[in-house]
Amino acid sequence: MTDSATFDYAMPSLGADMDEGRVIEWRVAPGDVVHRGDVIAVVETEKSDIDIEIWHDGIVDEFLVQVGQLVDVGTPIARLRSEGSSTPAPDPPPAAPVSASAPTARRVPASPLARRLATERGIEIAALRGSGPGGAVVESDVVAATIDAPPADDNGVPPEVIAPRRRSPDTMRALIAERMATANREIPHYHLSRDLDVGELETWLAAHNAQRSIADRILPAACFIRAVALAAARHRELNGFWVDDHFEAAEAVNVAMAISLRRGGLVTPHIERADERSLAEVMTALSDLVAAARAGNLRASWMTGATITITNLGDTGADSVHGVISPPQVALVGFGRTRQRPWVIDGRVAARPVVTATLAADHRATDGAVGSRFVAALADLIDRPEELL
Amino acid sequence: MNEPATMTYREAMREALRDALTTDERVFIMGEDVADYGGTYAVTKGLHEEFGRDRVRNTPLSESGFVGAGIGAALGGLRPIVEIMTVNFSLLALDQLVNTAAALLHMSGGQFNVPLVVRTTTGAGRQLAAQHSHSLEGWFAHVPGLKVIAPATPADARWMLPTALADPNPVIVFEHSGLYNDRGPVDPDGGPVDIDRAVVRRSGDQLTIVAWAGMLPKALEAAEQLAAGGVSAEVIDLRSLRPLDLPTVSASVERTHRALVVDEGWRTGGMNAELAAAITETCFWTLDAPVSRLASLEVPIPYAKHLETAAIPQVDDIVAAANALVGGAS
Repeated sequence: MTDSATFDYAMPSLGADMDEGRVIEWRVAPGDVVHRGDVIAVVETEKSDIDIEIWHDGIVDEFLVQVGQLVDVGTPIARLRSEGSSTPAPDPPPAAPVSASAPTARRVPASPLARRLATERGIEIAALRGSGPGGAVVESDVVAATIDAPPADDNGVPPEVIAPRRRSPDTMRALIAERMATANREIPHYHLSRDLDVGELETWLAAHNAQRSIADRILPAACFIRAVALAAARHRELNGFWVDDHFEAAEAVNVAMAISLRRGGLVTPHIERADERSLAEVMTALSDLVAAARAGNLRASWMTGATITITNLGDTGADSVHGVISPPQVALVGFGRTRQRPWVIDGRVAARPVVTATLAADHRATDGAVGSRFVAALADLIDRPEELL
Repeated sequence: MNEPATMTYREAMREALRDALTTDERVFIMGEDVADYGGTYAVTKGLHEEFGRDRVRNTPLSESGFVGAGIGAALGGLRPIVEIMTVNFSLLALDQLVNTAAALLHMSGGQFNVPLVVRTTTGAGRQLAAQHSHSLEGWFAHVPGLKVIAPATPADARWMLPTALADPNPVIVFEHSGLYNDRGPVDPDGGPVDIDRAVVRRSGDQLTIVAWAGMLPKALEAAEQLAAGGVSAEVIDLRSLRPLDLPTVSASVERTHRALVVDEGWRTGGMNAELAAAITETCFWTLDAPVSRLASLEVPIPYAKHLETAAIPQVDDIVAAANALVGGAS
């Protein structure tokens, strides 16, 4: 690549949909000796900040990009040299193909059946641990990695498979179709919206995150989960299930998140007892859920027992979402995108970041008055973010 | 009607021969020591007294000669059943079987068919050493124009022979020498069965064990032990090596996603290789593990008992191979 004793390290592809990345922190300095597997930098991608590792031993010569500079996948970002002049230069790391997963990904041994099932279910084989001959990924590993498998027990014993069901995009679509049609047919929805000024929250969060390491930073989504959980804990009429023509309040507040999958469809794993956990714990749980959902590693315990659901469409697209409740739950809270809006504060108009929250509630279980109090509680919590800690 | 009788494989085969001699006057038996001595494995014992020396005939020790005579008799309108003492000796008659019996129909443009049945023993386990113990049925299964069957139960010994005799073309029947004393039910009114169909002898859902002849009882015993260890094995008795009943095999493997082929023959270029390739071709997208083969060690079968035992697949070997295939259970 360069001369015989030096080699370049290129921006890796950290996911099939990553085209570019930004080094936000170097973990090494020129002159440092690095070994295979060492984390050399933190890269920011569209989704998260990721530690990246070096795959050859060597000495860091120079950085080829600035911190903060956005570069395409495959762009050399650091130059290293081999230790000892007599050592032949190691092969350069494989150039990262834009369409492939991480350049470090080896071809995982997997049975034809496992590969086919994984493709049908949108699961990445490379994310699975194989239990077959020679460590190969086999059918049971893929089944265990789907949303139908129970969690590993405390000793890390892999789960036994219960009721494996195929979830091709088509079947998932069919399940969603059936569930949503039932919900829309049977649940008399009412919707209550309120615009929330999230300026205070953003400021507070930025200050809070400044004191935390990159890995521990809190995202606004975690704040919304905490706010919904605390509001639901105060208004138990919205936290529970409609069964056999009556409402049953749930004992815990388990907040489900609608997470869309790359290959289509969505899943709604939940965070257990989100009202009793700290904001940091909820953030960790959220990261785990999203990573597991995208890798197809969701556990059955995350999939059953939700008492209220959040749908958060993120910062692109719609301003508000009037959602469909997931039965037998009786409430769903939708958050639209954050946008700058004129906002009146103390008689003066100011530009503020605004998010519209919309409660969808089951009119069989509650009336608008209850829903309205819930929305007010939610707004109050967003206004006083320290209560979310 | 008659109740199913319990009889040995040997008795069942003898019953099949007696029935053929009784019902079709064109049928006759010939081979080395088949008359007074009753055959080396005593299958034809007593038949020459019952049917006379014209229909149960001793031959010289000349496999090429008497197999050739059998072909001639078949061409002339008779229905000969030729016994070759062991498959090792059949090599002396390969020219007759491969160049003549198997090829005549084709070479005569369909004018001359050869309705010949050859019975021969195969397999090891009786300390008969390297010249009497090999499993060469796969060699014959290689040859278009032959049908190759391997009944593994007394019932199949009884009821596959009539179908073989009714076939207008040559059929080679392999009888594993270790099966002759096995007892099993034989329905006296069972009637002829297909000789081109495999059968599932035991149902299971985690792997398919394909076996035939002397390996079938071992595979069934292994499946029993596997079940005790929590592994559910399906056992297929191939019964016919040519033609191969791939639909039955692949239907099973597509359910179990794993296949283990157990062959008393050698591994290299063996029947097991053909099956493994065929299963891989037909079931590739449903396989959850590579097709596994268990075969005899690549040595001439030894005389010494412990070496002979070590050379051929045993129940423990099948259990171990099956467990490895399903991911090391138990």
